[in-house]
Formats: sequence, structure tokens, C-alpha cells
Amino acid sequence: MEGSLNVLGYAVATLGPAIGLAVIIGKAIESMARQPEAAGMVRTTMFIGIAVVEALALLAFVLAFAL
Amino acid sequence: MINVLAAAEWGGKFEGVLDPINSLFDFPAYLLTDLEVFGINLGINRTILISWIMLAAVGLVFYLGTRKATVVPSRFQAFVEMLVDVNRTIALEIIGPKGLKFVPLLTTFFVAIFVLNFAKIFPLFMMPPTSRAAWPAFLALTAWFVYIGVGIKEQGFGHYFGETLFPPGVPKALYIILPPIELLSNFVLRPFTLAVRLFANMVAGHILVVITLVTIHVFLPSMPVGWTVGTMALIVSPLVFAFELFIIGLQAYIFTMLTAVYIGSSLEGH
Repeated sequence: MEGSLNVLGYAVATLGPAIGLAVIIGKAIESMARQPEAAGMVRTTMFIGIAVVEALALLAFVLAFAL
Repeated sequence: MINVLAAAEWGGKFEGVLDPINSLFDFPAYLLTDLEVFGINLGINRTILISWIMLAAVGLVFYLGTRKATVVPSRFQAFVEMLVDVNRTIALEIIGPKGLKFVPLLTTFFVAIFVLNFAKIFPLFMMPPTSRAAWPAFLALTAWFVYIGVGIKEQGFGHYFGETLFPPGVPKALYIILPPIELLSNFVLRPFTLAVRLFANMVAGHILVVITLVTIHVFLPSMPVGWTVGTMALIVSPLVFAFELFIIGLQAYIFTMLTAVYIGSSLEGH
């Protein structure tokens, strides 16, 4: 077997953000469907949340190359 | 995987097609090959040429679209106005009425990122300049300077940094651990993730496109096993391009939107 363990580390590190993104986007869709008039506000807040959660996956992506 | 498949088809003599991966992104300079500043080669290579051509094209589109602006727009002018209007909507929805003066900045971000990404699936180029770290880093640094500058200008230096690092309304005991977290997340991680999000998506997308096209190119002419793989890749390739087009638009939109969110949070205060 050849290759870098970093890739496996990155695979593990994506699991948490994946669950987080699923929850955020799912809840956002749900609330947009319930209250379409609040869709703009929900979308903005959703993107802020996505940005925070996705930072973890992006850090892992960088560290997989850097370490 | 492609190396394994290729080795099986070519009898194990298939070295150096996709290895090292840097050769997909790093090109030799065409012009000014000897120009070096601090040991960094500043020659004009393919990435820079693509950036210039794409940005000149979009500049030409905007110039021609607004040169003879009329009240009842022609189709071309309506298209250019639509590009601006998308960003106007983003600014008004996220920043509020004060966001109108940031529409030029947001439009620049949106259009520039879109066309630079679009070079990824544009025939003749097939290489996004945003997949080199310099472009996303430059754009994110611009956003960073803008939202910090706006915060200082609107709220005052002490008030802006004070309210950002010590957000009001939390228990006093939390002020021991909150400032470092806020400092990291507001002034380090924000521009970093802006840049890396764009960069990582473009790198992954470019590799995906290259692998699809190289698979077709290598496997389609060879019989009979490779022919099957090549045909499958040929069928999949339009889907790959459509997916990349979706990613291109999404990344441009997210970058613009997050810049607007950061500017809005600097404007508001608490």
C-alpha cells in the first residue's frame, strides 16, 4: 500500500461538517417551506451557518496537503 | 484509479500522465521568462494570459452594454443590467439600504469570479485561473480590507473592535475565553475560508474535468476494454461539464453573498 494517510484523515474530517451541513440546509428548507415570506432572512442566516461549519472541512482540506 | 486502469490497458507502461498533479496547474512562462523578483518567477504564463483575456472580455461586454444606455434597454443592455441587478438584490436583502454603495464592489466580485471560473470549462482555455492560490487570496484580502475598513469608518476604531471582540450581552465570565475566539473567527478564519472555499472547489473541479477528458482521450481509441471505459466517460462528460457550470455559478454567488454578509455585520454593530 502506498499513499498518504492524510487522505484518510481528510475523509474522516469531512463527516462532521457533512452532518452539520445536512442539518443546517435541511432545517432551512423546512422553515422556508413553512414561511415563504421569511425566505430571504432564512437564506442569509443559512449561508452564515454554512460558512462557519464548512470552515472545518476546508481546514481539513488544507491540512491534508500541508502536513 | 485512472493510473490503475491505464496500466492494465497499456501493459503497465503508463508513467507520467497525471503525475505529478502540479503539471495540471503550473505552466512555464511564455514571455518575460527571466523576470524574477525575490526569487519568484513573474513571467507571463498561461494562467495570467487566461485571466487577462477573460477580464478584458467581460470589461468589453460591460463597456458595450452601457455605452449607449437607453431607458428602454436593448437585449444586450438588459443582460448587463441583469448582472448588476442580481448583486443589487443581494446588497439590498443582506446589507439593507446602506448596501447600495457596495453594489459596484459586489458586482465586480461576482462577475470576475464567474468568468475566471468559467475558463475551467471554456474551450481553448480549460483552466481556471482561480485554481491558483493567488487569485482567491487576492479577492479575499480585498473583501477583508473592505469589511474591516467599513467597520472602522462606520463605528469608530475602538467601538468596532471592542464590540467585535467583546460582544455585549454575554455573561462577564465568558470575556476570558471569548475575545481569542472572536478574533480568530472574525479576522483570520473569515478571509481564509473565503479564499480556500473558492480555491479548493476550483482545484477539485479542474482535476475532475481533466480526468474525464484524459480518460476519453486515452481509452476511446483502444480496443476492446478501453473502448467501453472511454464510451462511458464520453457519456458522462456532458454531465461533468453541467455540474462544473453549477459549481462555478454557486461559488461566485457564495463569495459575493458572504462578502455582503461580512460588510453588513460591520455596518450594523450590536
